[in-house]
Amino acid sequence: MSGSHDDTQHHISAYRKVAGALAVLTVVTVLASYIEVGVALGIVLALIIATTKGSLVASVFMHLKDEKSLWLTGTLILTVVFWFVLMLIPIMGRMDNVGTYKPLPNANAVAHEAH
Amino acid sequence: MEIPYTVAERPDTGVNNVKLGIWLFLASEVMLFGGLFSTYVILRLGGTDWPLGSDILSVPIGTFNTAVLIGSSVTMVMAHASLKMNQFDQFKKYMGLTVLLALVFLTVKSYEYFDKISHGDLPSASTFLAIYWTMTALHGLHIIGGVVVNGYFWGPGSKMFHSRPEMFANRVEAAGLYWHFVDLVWIFLFPVLYLL
Repeated sequence: MSGSHDDTQHHISAYRKVAGALAVLTVVTVLASYIEVGVALGIVLALIIATTKGSLVASVFMHLKDEKSLWLTGTLILTVVFWFVLMLIPIMGRMDNVGTYKPLPNANAVAHEAH
Repeated sequence: MEIPYTVAERPDTGVNNVKLGIWLFLASEVMLFGGLFSTYVILRLGGTDWPLGSDILSVPIGTFNTAVLIGSSVTMVMAHASLKMNQFDQFKKYMGLTVLLALVFLTVKSYEYFDKISHGDLPSASTFLAIYWTMTALHGLHIIGGVVVNGYFWGPGSKMFHSRPEMFANRVEAAGLYWHFVDLVWIFLFPVLYLL
């Protein structure tokens, strides 16, 4: 087996800490959603907590913090770059002020408007 | 003929082919779910009205399922660590728990779905419900895929531990990387759909 017994024990101790942090951050996510900070700040807050949790999973559970292969890190950097491109598409659509922005014709939530 | 680099590192890439293969697959998965998250942003920004997720979905149920999935990620890393320490019985225990927690997640999700169907909250009812059903159902399919693979490694596939322990540990590691990715997607889906 690759990796010594001590290395694995060290990893297990990190897994326990991350498990605790993820549990706490899940509770924080729910509690933060009840704070009246407005929609925009609420979204930013929720995404910051989710990104923190996601980073912990990726770096410790998925062992990315110990990964040294340039092929792997290169692949992942490219993925992150294109993920940002994907996320920028709707934002660029909003920023495009050539002509008048019109809401999508099917963009309604009539069934739950009463809420 | 022996397939090369299933255990040993390839000198040029610095990793074995199992790991490189699963990461390339996960990169494509990031783009698949990324496209749907992008769609969500387009629909939400373009919507004249958008409901609060917690008015339509149950936050306690969503929180419970988040905890279940995080728990299954923990048992999955413990299953792999057990193999690294040659503790086959511990591996069986942790892998069994991983599959069990995944089944709990699916049972709770099914309950939510049936509740939605019984109230007529189908994808056609609103844009919010359309993107909710699409994203959670695609994620649910990934969970089912994970249950099949992890279930195989827990059951019949585990025989490989006795003949090729390193190769088996690598397979479980690849299954684990996939499983953590599925957990990671839910970590973003939960606040986006249930809380915002």
